[in-house]
Amino acid sequence: MAMIQIREALRQAMQEEMRRDESIFLMGEEVAHYNGAYKVSQGMLEEFGEDRVVDTPISENGFAGLGIGAAMVGMRPIIEFMTWNFSLVAYDQIVNSAAKIYQMSGGQYSVPIVFRGPNGPAENLGSQHSTSVESLFAHFPGLKVVTFATAYDAKGLLKAAIRDPNPVVFLESEMTYGIKGEVPDEEYIIELGKADIKRSGTDVTLITWGKQLFTVQKAAESLMAQGIDVEIVDLRSLRPLDHETVFNSVVKTGRAVVIHEGFIFAGVGAELVSRIQEACFDVLQAPVLRVTNRDVPQPYATNLEKLVYPSEDRIIAAVQQVMER
Amino acid sequence: MSQSESLPAKSSLPEISATELTALYRGMLLIRRVEELAAKAYTQRKILGFCHLYIGQESVAVGAAVSTKDDYWMAAYREHGHAMAKGVSPKAMMAELFGRATGCSKGQGGSMHIFDKAHKFMGGYGIVGGHVPLATGVAWAIKQRKEGRVAVVFFGDGATHQGAFFEALCLAQLYKLPVVFICENNFYAMGTPLHRQSAVTSLKFRADGVGMVSEQFEGFDVEVVRERVAAASDFARAGKGPVLLEIVTYRHRGHSMSDPAKYRPDGELDEKKKSDPLAITKARLTDDFGLVDADFEAITDDVEAEAQAAWTFAHDSPIPDPATLYDFTYAPTEA
Ligand SMILES: Cc1ncc(C[n+]2csc(CCOP(=O)(O)OP(=O)(O)O)c2C)c(N)n1
Ligand SMILES: [Mg+2]
Repeated sequence: MAMIQIREALRQAMQEEMRRDESIFLMGEEVAHYNGAYKVSQGMLEEFGEDRVVDTPISENGFAGLGIGAAMVGMRPIIEFMTWNFSLVAYDQIVNSAAKIYQMSGGQYSVPIVFRGPNGPAENLGSQHSTSVESLFAHFPGLKVVTFATAYDAKGLLKAAIRDPNPVVFLESEMTYGIKGEVPDEEYIIELGKADIKRSGTDVTLITWGKQLFTVQKAAESLMAQGIDVEIVDLRSLRPLDHETVFNSVVKTGRAVVIHEGFIFAGVGAELVSRIQEACFDVLQAPVLRVTNRDVPQPYATNLEKLVYPSEDRIIAAVQQVMER
Repeated sequence: MSQSESLPAKSSLPEISATELTALYRGMLLIRRVEELAAKAYTQRKILGFCHLYIGQESVAVGAAVSTKDDYWMAAYREHGHAMAKGVSPKAMMAELFGRATGCSKGQGGSMHIFDKAHKFMGGYGIVGGHVPLATGVAWAIKQRKEGRVAVVFFGDGATHQGAFFEALCLAQLYKLPVVFICENNFYAMGTPLHRQSAVTSLKFRADGVGMVSEQFEGFDVEVVRERVAAASDFARAGKGPVLLEIVTYRHRGHSMSDPAKYRPDGELDEKKKSDPLAITKARLTDDFGLVDADFEAITDDVEAEAQAAWTFAHDSPIPDPATLYDFTYAPTEA
């Protein structure tokens, strides 16, 4: 076991896979000579050369499409978006090309590609640089959507994403690249579509993903002190969704709260709540609540910004509310 | 600066023979007849949705195929002609139009999404301009693997106002990718004539901003297309970089089956029909290669039989099995 930063875990995943498979290449803005806007690809140009670690001009629509075309003929591109905010100018390529080519071609052309980069808010970046895009991609059959909180999950999931024969939207966070975690020395892969129970408990199920896991874990400490035994389900994959793990947990606890960044309106949380009430109606002791971003474009000022995200206090209040029933 | 560069005046192709030109004529006629039957099937509601006919533009796809038979092709939604020129069987294509399980895209694609991997026909696409970047990716793979092939991508005049098109040109030129970009300028994007789409109506100039070699020519004569696309593919294949060709053409029908094309000025269609690719090549075969009426009758009969067989095959084919509904969403993950 080694303690490494999440950015190193992601880098190791790419390096190991690129050593194994020559058809993999990394492409994006500043990934090569600048060593990555967030230094995820540090040193990779040196190891793999300019044909496999490729700087692009600022043309997300173009290079996302380039990656898809290359994937159709058997390459395995990793396309880095400097942040997912900028993927929206490539939305057409991901949604109309990557997600649909396998289907439109009647299964003749698959698109083994990973789109990756930091998702969601960092700090004080204002509304255009703080978007959480997961619901925009999870909506579409044909895409897989994967995210993580820990270094261990980051590495194992990214390796699985690279090996997957389908387009994978892989969501990271610029706030957590520097967080360290234990990663085994030997190779491992984490299957896509499998949630992970980060803490088991009996009273209430807290469902989350991405860096909100950390907020949820802090809230859980206070809740434990109040005698509430929480179970934390880290989804890791939003599509495919591991509803089995979610339902099993809710059947056990009878109560659930979904916590995520991004907006409540038609967010991934809405999908979870809907599925839980369909499958677990008879065992539910209280309505399933959601703690999400406030329904406003992200303000810049620190005090306002902090009001927008799910906070420990809001999570605790929601859990108390479902426990009172 | 490559802007001032131009393609060589002569390609590597040999002079055309009677046999070859006859085959090209037959290829164009086959597209024409298959599409005429598709139009008939559409009015009988055997083909549904959008259906865009290529009639009048056949010389472009057929001429382009000569030098790029084993290369990768992509096209937009008006792609029946490109598919057939690239070798896709009229049967498999017609079955796709009919929405049958035997269609080349298994009834999943329809008229706008013809795919045939065996013939390196990488699809028809429905988002104007959206497929142009994909061709740069195919060319990226070709270059990395030193395949010696080129990616050929067809799109309309309307696509040249899209960001995706421009980004694809930028990337292809920056990385010197073997792409032949073929803009089929038929002077209309749906009902909007070119002069109301763009301040610059010579679309080859779109290449100048990225330093790409480009050329504009009339594409009604299949021999001209054959020769100039060969010059462009020679250039790209040799690693000299991508090329933008603006091939001036004209569609005889409306934008799609539902468009009566009332927006054309009086007399324009009749005038343009004087340069019908089939008529031009027929005259050349007659005047310079000695073909006689009996030869053309034989070709016509042969084409008619093939087109009718496509209809029959499509008509008699099964519709997709409902049990396959979920089979085409994700490629299976290897264990
Ligand atoms: C992005 C996008 N916008 C609009 C449309 C609707 N549309 C379909 S074809 C077309 C005209 C395209 O004209 P052109 O590129 O010249 O091709 P042509 O039909 O002449 O072959 C339009 C506006 C579309 N399919 N995609
Ligand atoms: Mg047009």
